[in-house]
Amino acid sequence: MKSLLKYMKGYEKESILAPLFKMLEASFELMVPLVMAAIIDKGIAENDVSYIFRLGGVLILLAAVGLASAVTAQYFSAKAAVGFATRLRDALFSHIQSLSYRELDTIGTNTLITRMTSDVNQLQNGVNLTLRLLLRSPFIVFGAMIMAFTVDVKAAFVFVAAIPLLAIVVFGIMIASIPLYRKVQSALDKILGRTRENLSGVRVIRAFCNEDAQTEAFTAENEELLDLQVFVGKISAAMNPVTYIIVNIALVVLLHTGAVRVDNGIITQGEVVALVNYMSQILVELVKLANLIIQLTKALACAKRIEGVFAITSAMKDGIQPVDETDDDVIKFDHAGLIYGDSSEEALTDIDFAVKKGETVGIIGGTGSGKTSLVNLIPRFYDATAGNVMINGKNIKEYSMESLRKKIGIVPQKAVLFKGTIKENLLWGNENAAQKDIEDALFVSQSKEFVDEKEGRLDFMITQGGKNLSGGQRQRLTIARALVKNPDILILDDSSSALDYATDLKLRTAIRRMRDDMTVIIVSQRTSSIQSADKIIVMDDGHIAGIGTHDELLAGNDIYREIYDSQYKRSENAD
Amino acid sequence: MKKNGIKGIKQGAGANKNIIKTVLSHIGKYKFYLLFSVIMAAVSVVLTLYIPILTGRAVDCIVGAGNVNFKELFEILKTMAVIILITALVQWLMNTSNNKIAYQVVRDVRKEAFEKLQILPLKYIDSHSHGDIVSRVIADVDQFSDGLLLGFTQFFTGVVTILGTLLFMLSINVSTTIVVVILTPLSFCIAGFIAKRTFNMSKLQSETRGEQTALINEIIDNQKVVKAFVREEKVTEQFDEINQRLNKASVKAIFFSSLTNPCTRFVNSIVYAGVGIMGAFFAIKGHISVGQLTSFLSYANQYTKPFNEISGVITELQTALACAGRVFELIEEEPQIPDSADAVTLDMPDGRVAMENVSFSYTSEQKLIQDFNLNVKKGQRVAIVGPTGCGKTTVINLLMRFYDVNSGSIKIDGTDIRNITRKSLRGSFGMVLQETWLHAGTIRENIVMGKPDATDEEVTAAARAAHAHSFIKRLPKGYDTVITEDGGSLSQGQKQLLCITRVMLCLPPMLILDEATSSIDTRTEIKISQAFNTMMKGRTSFIVAHRLSTIREADIILVMKDGNIIEQGNHDELMAKENGFYAKLYQSQF
Repeated sequence: MKSLLKYMKGYEKESILAPLFKMLEASFELMVPLVMAAIIDKGIAENDVSYIFRLGGVLILLAAVGLASAVTAQYFSAKAAVGFATRLRDALFSHIQSLSYRELDTIGTNTLITRMTSDVNQLQNGVNLTLRLLLRSPFIVFGAMIMAFTVDVKAAFVFVAAIPLLAIVVFGIMIASIPLYRKVQSALDKILGRTRENLSGVRVIRAFCNEDAQTEAFTAENEELLDLQVFVGKISAAMNPVTYIIVNIALVVLLHTGAVRVDNGIITQGEVVALVNYMSQILVELVKLANLIIQLTKALACAKRIEGVFAITSAMKDGIQPVDETDDDVIKFDHAGLIYGDSSEEALTDIDFAVKKGETVGIIGGTGSGKTSLVNLIPRFYDATAGNVMINGKNIKEYSMESLRKKIGIVPQKAVLFKGTIKENLLWGNENAAQKDIEDALFVSQSKEFVDEKEGRLDFMITQGGKNLSGGQRQRLTIARALVKNPDILILDDSSSALDYATDLKLRTAIRRMRDDMTVIIVSQRTSSIQSADKIIVMDDGHIAGIGTHDELLAGNDIYREIYDSQYKRSENAD
Repeated sequence: MKKNGIKGIKQGAGANKNIIKTVLSHIGKYKFYLLFSVIMAAVSVVLTLYIPILTGRAVDCIVGAGNVNFKELFEILKTMAVIILITALVQWLMNTSNNKIAYQVVRDVRKEAFEKLQILPLKYIDSHSHGDIVSRVIADVDQFSDGLLLGFTQFFTGVVTILGTLLFMLSINVSTTIVVVILTPLSFCIAGFIAKRTFNMSKLQSETRGEQTALINEIIDNQKVVKAFVREEKVTEQFDEINQRLNKASVKAIFFSSLTNPCTRFVNSIVYAGVGIMGAFFAIKGHISVGQLTSFLSYANQYTKPFNEISGVITELQTALACAGRVFELIEEEPQIPDSADAVTLDMPDGRVAMENVSFSYTSEQKLIQDFNLNVKKGQRVAIVGPTGCGKTTVINLLMRFYDVNSGSIKIDGTDIRNITRKSLRGSFGMVLQETWLHAGTIRENIVMGKPDATDEEVTAAARAAHAHSFIKRLPKGYDTVITEDGGSLSQGQKQLLCITRVMLCLPPMLILDEATSSIDTRTEIKISQAFNTMMKGRTSFIVAHRLSTIREADIILVMKDGNIIEQGNHDELMAKENGFYAKLYQSQF
């Protein structure tokens, strides 16, 4: 929680004023029993009616001032708590933006989403309650004790005994339940995950008539959550009764002590009533405190989990240099290797090649041969775990990631678009792209035709996940998005898989006609897509199995020939 | 959303009543617990209320110096101690029972919501943000459970305390009681006023929150794309904008709902002062003793406290109801048309598929398939081709009955699919979709989706047939390797192999293959297509594919463009068509 406190910054005033006003309200409340004692001892004992009315007026005045302070306190605390949550969410979101692929691989999307939504909400409630009540309750508890001392020192020792006992109970239950609440939360995470899964995979689930099995699994997880909640509930439910026992037994002792003191003529009957009133004020406050603590334990568990996200920082250090034009090889892999996460096996081994400016490079190989891993090293999505990757003659780590990635247009395998207009999506590549750049990109990516048919053309709204476009349309728009960048290096990671041959061919021809100095890297399963490349890299099981032109490889590389034959022969058979 | 908002305000009260009704019907299931809670609450309250009377009596024993009745005092204190212990036990039992009710109701609601997800029409799921739906099932239900729990623990005791206190007070002094009774409705008015205002505010708050969750879902799900395009700052800006709106909505909602407590507390203090003055007055006249005044004062506190709590609970319940409303909205959403009562079960059909005068479109504005006829004989292969984005998947949506036709009919073995149980219809099709989908769990669990009771041998055999066995074996724990949602570290091709294995395992009489081979390298693909060929033998198959060479072998080729089926026939027929779309498409490949 400590490390999260910095997000209270800017709300210092509110977070000090809120409890202060709360305490002010409490002080007025603490004065009430004394006024009542005076009414009993003086007003009633001396039959002084006007005195009673005067003091009654004082009681009403105390209430009014109390109300004003309380409203002020609520306002400040709402402002501070919501402000805190807003900043925390902002910071959390930005932090997630700063994580690299490596970290994103390890933390699940679900976890991140719960952290950002329900956890932050719980924490917001926690802060709000803390500001309002955390100081107020102990203040009344101790204030009542101090007031008791002013009434009678010996009787006040009952308070001194009762309060630590209460503290032990309250904190004991708190400590016992914190880890349990964490368990509840992770059970909730599971349910969340399943719900999301069932939405994204609805077609497959229904196609396999898996609805019942899913419901069954969900029910089991739901039951698990229920059991945990009920168990934690049992422990927390003990808080009120136990504190009730302590306070009321203290009351019994207090009455007895008071009786002895009154018998000896040390205090008056009215003062005993005042002492009893203070004890009941403590009880009322404790009930609130107990509820507060339950909320706080939940909030603290959430805070811990949020801190956990903040604790994950990107292992990649950003460089400072901008990417400059040079005559060096535009891309050079120097015996680079890559290991994912805590895997023991290398996904890439000893990758060594260079690409000149303006070249078109094809990368081909079987499923899982490391093609995507290789191209992921170029925009520095991952750092090579062995060897080096150089861009324009300099180690990639020296560049600032922003300047590096702005020079590289990548079209990932999974065609992802975001909610917004087509234009907004295309501007992802370059915020300042001119209308012409956008039209060109649409033309080259073969999207023009279908975009023209959409209502509103560029202003056509794409729904979340691009669900109102077909797979092929999405894929072409992701290509257009990368082209709008006008990149120096264009990487197509198997990005025409959903396109038919004719469209694919048109696409490649148009790209080749674009800029002479644009380096193009095409990852593909189809030899036809890379056949005319200046250089073809054949990948096999994380190694480079061969580099050369189509003809060279066809003559001297078994793997390439096998791939080629498999496709070529098939079409031949078909003819 | 906005329209709903306005409607929501207008119908606020009515809608609320409906939500409450639904909530109550859910609680009704736990009558036993409920009854137990009510009894425990009553016992606890009566005992709690008895303490001030005893305290008052004790105070009356302590009159002044040398004037203390110790004998009676001891008796009173002993009784107090016993009552205190019993009260505590009863309270604990009540709390536990309340917990049980609240959490079980929540469990039920979640279950219903989830079960609903399974029968919602695809149209709903395709057109609603998944983040928003998730937030309804998780966050809203959570908030609802908090409110419900608070409602239970405090509402009961509150009501019983008020009634009990009234009785006890009346038994001591009638006129002072009247002061209390006259002043307290104020508390209700204030709470009612605040609750009304807060309902709409918390509704706005939870709507804005839903919007934010949807954005978070979208961005974090696709974080890698965001990074590739250096869009971190831009999306953060977008997020900030919603975040700021949420801030404003939340401050308002939270501040106004938190006003209830201080306001009602103020009313309490006034009541307390009133009782003090009146009581003192009566004490002077000798109508009541000082001890009774003490009891009265604690009652005045206890009597008004539940009003406090109840009004606090009411605001909390408002929020809870707003959330419950969102969940129930989902639960009460129109489900897909259920299987008709006389729906038949398809059992190993021949696989004759006929489409008769089928018209279909997703939206009424955009016409797609119109008056389409198709006749597929047993074991025939139907290839659906056309340029990218021509709506080939629509045919799948219709065959699997993910969507219903607008007019006309689709028949399998002569039976309209609307008269066939969905389960048996879908079970008769083996489907491999373009977008691979795997769920969190082991590889085996993912494979046996369509046949949960498959033996290990069957699983391995299917994996071998789909050429997935060798890579699965190389995974750290083989078939028991746990994969995360959406496959995690598996490559796109590997995921696809798993999806194919799934179908291999069941081998239904009809197949739907949607660009299934797009992300697999050609060497593997060849092996798979051989497997597919064996699989397709004797099975009616629909193939959405781009590779014309494979399509040539099809018995029927459907050529689609802009959502319409424009040509139909086999390869030679279509090639013979002068200026035919298919002929042009085919030639452009070479």
